[in-house]
Amino acid sequence: MSRLLLIAFQPTEAALGAGFAAKLGLPFDILSLGGVVAADLGAEKVRYVEPADLPPADGLASAIALYAMGYSHLASVSTMRSKDVLARVAGMMDLAMVTDVIEIDSHTVFKRPIVAGSIIATVEVLSTPVAMTFRPAGFPNSPRSGNSTLEANLIDATSKAKRISASVKGGSRPDLSQAKVVVSGGRPLRDAKTFEEVIGGLADALGGAVGATRAAVDSGIASNELQVGQTGKIVAPDLYIAAGISGSTQHMAGIKDSKIIVAINKDPDAPIFEAADYGLVADLYDAIPELKHLLS
Amino acid sequence: MKILVPIKRVVDPYTKVRPLPDGSGVDTAGVKFEVNPFDEIAVEEAVRLREKIGDVHITVVSIGKAECEEQLRKALAMGADLAILIESEETFDSLSVAKELAVLAKELQPDLILMGKQATDDDCNQVGQMLAAKLDFPQATFASRIEATESGLKVTRETDDGEEILELPFPCLVTADLRLNEPRYIGLPGIIKARSKPLERRQATASPVLKVRTIHLGSPAPREPGRKVGSVQELVAVLKERGAL
Repeated sequence: MSRLLLIAFQPTEAALGAGFAAKLGLPFDILSLGGVVAADLGAEKVRYVEPADLPPADGLASAIALYAMGYSHLASVSTMRSKDVLARVAGMMDLAMVTDVIEIDSHTVFKRPIVAGSIIATVEVLSTPVAMTFRPAGFPNSPRSGNSTLEANLIDATSKAKRISASVKGGSRPDLSQAKVVVSGGRPLRDAKTFEEVIGGLADALGGAVGATRAAVDSGIASNELQVGQTGKIVAPDLYIAAGISGSTQHMAGIKDSKIIVAINKDPDAPIFEAADYGLVADLYDAIPELKHLLS
Repeated sequence: MKILVPIKRVVDPYTKVRPLPDGSGVDTAGVKFEVNPFDEIAVEEAVRLREKIGDVHITVVSIGKAECEEQLRKALAMGADLAILIESEETFDSLSVAKELAVLAKELQPDLILMGKQATDDDCNQVGQMLAAKLDFPQATFASRIEATESGLKVTRETDDGEEILELPFPCLVTADLRLNEPRYIGLPGIIKARSKPLERRQATASPVLKVRTIHLGSPAPREPGRKVGSVQELVAVLKERGAL
């Protein structure tokens, strides 16, 4: 029998997953690894573990595999974490896997971007169970309904890998991959202080998140978790503002699901202008302070 | 120490590729092929580990058509000691690649498998984790820094929230992210000089049993063409009109 297990590494991923589950059209349960989630997301059963330090991938995948028995579909929001762990679960359980699903054609046929988003592949799963990660932009939240059974569980796993330290998400800004507004900056931002003042300042004025290009991260002016693109975060805000970003294919792969893209760049020939809904040819050091002023 | 580095031949990541008109594949006419950039970073890291700790033997392996020799030769020129080409005309999915590599790893008994976090053609990000699972190796994906310790590795890996540090005992598997290193430049003369290094050809141990197959490749829906605005005031006005501010 077909049934979906939605694996939420963060509680916020449960609601995003409910939209995916509704689109897939299968009965589903939730395994929440970051604490209890709402009981009206449409899941029959919610199993949750209290937020704690989860073991590294080798231990965590073994633990998830125990919960995954009997399901035809396993799915998680696409994140670095879910890719790390779910692909290992697929390897352990000998499952088909589809990364970054953006569209569902049937219970076994899915669409996903490849080659930095320049091609959309339609793939068929030839044998279930299948493990999937999906990009939430294509699957709007579904109306709340139902009353799930809630069940507290424990993750009991031993890992050969040992975690020495880990950074925790800091600051008050919204999560980059789920933000409604994203302001991103590139290499022209000079240094970390300027980047934070100019890009961070505009993001705060708009209640948005901060993103960066690979070049900005590589040169040390922005931290790595802010990188947007093929190999960084995929964003899909209502408004994406790109300042001092030329628009490489790899960067564009991470932003093309944004509703409105605004580009501010002093080079009128920058490729980003081809993808932007609104382009402003201007020095960002003039334009962004003026924009902030007009918004206040 | 023995390091195994699986590499993939991919279309040049800096060329724009298109699907064939009938959707049956990628139009590769006139397109160059390269070592998957993340795999190239993995080869470079293996070579740097040898430069740091000395006694390291590096084997690179690729699964695919005879043409993959070109990419294996490049890895040899970068410093690998032995290349293995598992020659096959068949299509593999991630799981069947992992299974084929697992057979080889069981034979070669590497202390470390180093590979790219994903291939820039299919963008799957699966094989490393699947292979680690098949071998029951601990894994560190998205690595940005590797240090050898007495009994294993200390790996800094990028995460959704920043980074974390893992300690892995040997044998283990690490997948390389962008910031692990910048691969050395190898020109044609270097590749020609490495021609005397051994390259071994083998057949795949089993025909791949596909669990996922591609049935169509298409172009993404184009975005509506945009327009330039003349000033910040005009930008604010249009964004307000669209309800974005």
